[in-house]
Amino acid sequence: MEISFRDLMTVLHGMGFGALFMLAFSGAIAELYRMTAPGGPSVPSPREHRLLMVYLVAMVVLAWAAVFSGAYIVYPWYRAVPPAGLADLSSYPKSLLMSSRDTSGWHSLGMEWKEHVAWLAPISITMVAYVFGKYGPALARLRQIRHAVLAFTVVAFIATGVAGAFGAFLNKYAPVRGGTAIHLMTGE
Amino acid sequence: MNAPQTRNSSPSTADAGLVRESLAPEKTAGAKSAAQSGSADTIANGPAAAAILAAGIGCFAVGLFALAGDAFPAVARFFTFYKPTGALSGVTTSAIVVWLLSWFALSRQWGTKSVALGWVILVSSVLLALSLMLTFPPFMDLLQGK
Repeated sequence: MEISFRDLMTVLHGMGFGALFMLAFSGAIAELYRMTAPGGPSVPSPREHRLLMVYLVAMVVLAWAAVFSGAYIVYPWYRAVPPAGLADLSSYPKSLLMSSRDTSGWHSLGMEWKEHVAWLAPISITMVAYVFGKYGPALARLRQIRHAVLAFTVVAFIATGVAGAFGAFLNKYAPVRGGTAIHLMTGE
Repeated sequence: MNAPQTRNSSPSTADAGLVRESLAPEKTAGAKSAAQSGSADTIANGPAAAAILAAGIGCFAVGLFALAGDAFPAVARFFTFYKPTGALSGVTTSAIVVWLLSWFALSRQWGTKSVALGWVILVSSVLLALSLMLTFPPFMDLLQGK
């Protein structure tokens, strides 16, 4: 069983950072909504606050790791320009997609949207973590700030969803492959 | 647009025009301990306002720079800080710089004060909505008449 270096980095970017960040939203949104819901916001205890703070900081790290690994490791492989006259474009995902009208939209809509909208997530979630850390349990009684924090969290979730969904589709139609083969195990 | 009204967060400045959110009755041990320690019954919202508005500005900068890079080849060349990544490197790096600088400047301005949060959140929400629209390629194309 082998995996190419580029495959491994793509998996790390998409599943290791992006998908884990996406999964973490369920907990963050549920907790922030619980505090924001009308009719009786509950004030977290200092211990609950510390736990949520650790959770949010982990989300911040995952978000920045996802966008930086995507932009500076995977994206250069994706957009590499093939030599003139090359018939087999399988190692040049962007060119492969753009070579057919049936697949060009995956780049012109999918990748061009994904590569920019994804950056809204780390900016937003960093702000959310800062505000939560700064105000602590008192945030539960600051209605306007709570609502703003929740709104930015939801937008970060949407941005991550767009980036993640298009990332998965792009990797279906034009996977980033190549590089050193890494031997994982020998089959039977 | 007028700048938001700001005031110092000292309890002695709690006059009629002060823009703050009142605290509800305490509900938890942590909150009770804060109340028992004799802390002020209001909290300066300036640091949160600065962070929220700066996040809106940073997100908007991503969309604006992406549009500029897409519309003008010269801008795209300018934003190519790292050739393998292309204009995306400069678009996002510049937006991060704008975000952090605006956060720093707003924090210095509002760090110990309370501000008119309604205004700040309205502007931040508009900037956030615009950033979502500006990163959507069909909207970018519409603005460029493509």
